[in-house]
Amino acid sequence: MARQPLLIGCGAGFSGDRIDAADPVVTTLAENGGPACLMLETLAERTLALAQLRRREDPGAGYEPMLDALVAPILAECLGSGIRIVSNFGAANPEAAAWRIDEIAHLQGFPNPRIAIVTGDDLSGPEYHELLARHLHTSRVPVSANAYLGAEAIAAAWDAGAEVIVTGRVADPSLAVGPAMAHFGWDAGDWDRLGRATMAGHLLECGAQVTGGYFADPGFNDVPDLANVGFPIAKVSEDGSCVIGKAEHTGGCVTIATVKEQLLYEVHDPAAYLTPDVTADITHAHVTQVGPDRVALSDVRGHERPATLKVTAFYEGGWLAEGGISYAGPGAEARARLAAEILARRLPELALRIDLIGVVSVLADDHGRLFSKAPIGDARDVRLRVAARHHDREAAERLAQEVTALYTCGPAGGGGVRTAIRQRLSTASCFVPREAVQARFDWVQ
Amino acid sequence: MMGSRTVPLRTLAHGRAGDKGNRSNVSVIARHPEYWDLLVAQVTEAAMAAVFAHREPSRVTRYVLPNLRAMNFVLDDALDGGVNDSLNLDSHGKSLAFLVLDLAVEVPEDFNQTTGGDP
Repeated sequence: MARQPLLIGCGAGFSGDRIDAADPVVTTLAENGGPACLMLETLAERTLALAQLRRREDPGAGYEPMLDALVAPILAECLGSGIRIVSNFGAANPEAAAWRIDEIAHLQGFPNPRIAIVTGDDLSGPEYHELLARHLHTSRVPVSANAYLGAEAIAAAWDAGAEVIVTGRVADPSLAVGPAMAHFGWDAGDWDRLGRATMAGHLLECGAQVTGGYFADPGFNDVPDLANVGFPIAKVSEDGSCVIGKAEHTGGCVTIATVKEQLLYEVHDPAAYLTPDVTADITHAHVTQVGPDRVALSDVRGHERPATLKVTAFYEGGWLAEGGISYAGPGAEARARLAAEILARRLPELALRIDLIGVVSVLADDHGRLFSKAPIGDARDVRLRVAARHHDREAAERLAQEVTALYTCGPAGGGGVRTAIRQRLSTASCFVPREAVQARFDWVQ
Repeated sequence: MMGSRTVPLRTLAHGRAGDKGNRSNVSVIARHPEYWDLLVAQVTEAAMAAVFAHREPSRVTRYVLPNLRAMNFVLDDALDGGVNDSLNLDSHGKSLAFLVLDLAVEVPEDFNQTTGGDP
């Protein structure tokens, strides 16, 4: 039996994304009326480690801090219109996120929402230390360790009738693959369909990055009304292929160019895009404009999924100190360069990274190779920015003190000092056998 | 014999940078089918290694996707440790696509540049 296409809208592409982005997506899905879900991707690599630190301090915390702001405006319309919500906003504490959504639903007049919690990704507990030590080749105890789960537990929750599915770490595209798998009744070994749905999820997972965000380049890549950029909606067919569109009455654009850029975003070998669900292959893919702001992705293939799951662990990584000071007008660059020399002289214990913003900065490297080759010029509006790390907080703080002292002890006309000290988390990844990880779903209690 | 001139890659291609750990990838996508052969001939692994010399990537790999008229460059160990370890303001390396798009590409003197998106 051919099933109706499934519309998958994306309302957030990272933690920190616009909180008003989901609303037009939900409105568009509701007006369309067919089977639909809203995917909210809010979990970058680092986000989860920060969430784990918050949970340590408060057992009720550790989920997406903007959860209320993301969910409250759209929950009633989703529950009322049969638009299911699938999100990794559970972060380090999916249970607590699910309870919070349950509370919001009650407040909004929905006494019995069916909220599923997907767990099994969290390998931070002592029972996993030996497994991690074996695969990461270190006996250090991580701040957090999470496996990237796939689509199956999400699909099972969907099949069981979940209206909201809360996960922690899952592979981003799996947030779309799970619903599609369940909706169309695909087998876990249907590699071509899973591969196609994976690339649909991949196009969606960064929100506006497929609708004109991270793309606009005036005079080269012009994007209409970027200030009001609409978030994407994929219409996924029974064979897994998709047409990417976007929310109605929004800005931005969906073109062959925006879709190709996002298709390759964070892809390495295009013949083997590895996820827990499948090995997706876009070497034969075609991208076709099929209407205004409508682009079809076809001919994606899939191959057998990897035998292992990726695990990312975070460790305490010392302290990052940053400081900046600005120089402007005649001789600004020379004064900024002098300030940099002073800092290097006074902070021999720190390996300083030096940027001259306005001359040479983000394209350069931590070792100063490009900096040393940059011709000395006469830039007239330069911000000196320095950064260093140290395992000891006090040593890192010395950088902030020395930058601040440039006000009175440094070159003429230095202004606008800002300094910051942040705790760092370093990361290590490994692959563990699938059998070591048990993904499951439970209902909110 | 016809002369030649150079144009920045940005006029012939668009692209974006992504990161995973200490690995960067940058796509280079032809703005027009006519540019494809030029791009494949000149935007090579060697050209990219030269662009990124100061980052000292341990490996530069080019994947060519003729269907999409796109190339994907993967730069191993090019991000000073990646988002959690780099001291760069742009620790993701998101700006690096524009390092690539500044590459000089040689075109025939009478090269007729068709602007606009891929048809």
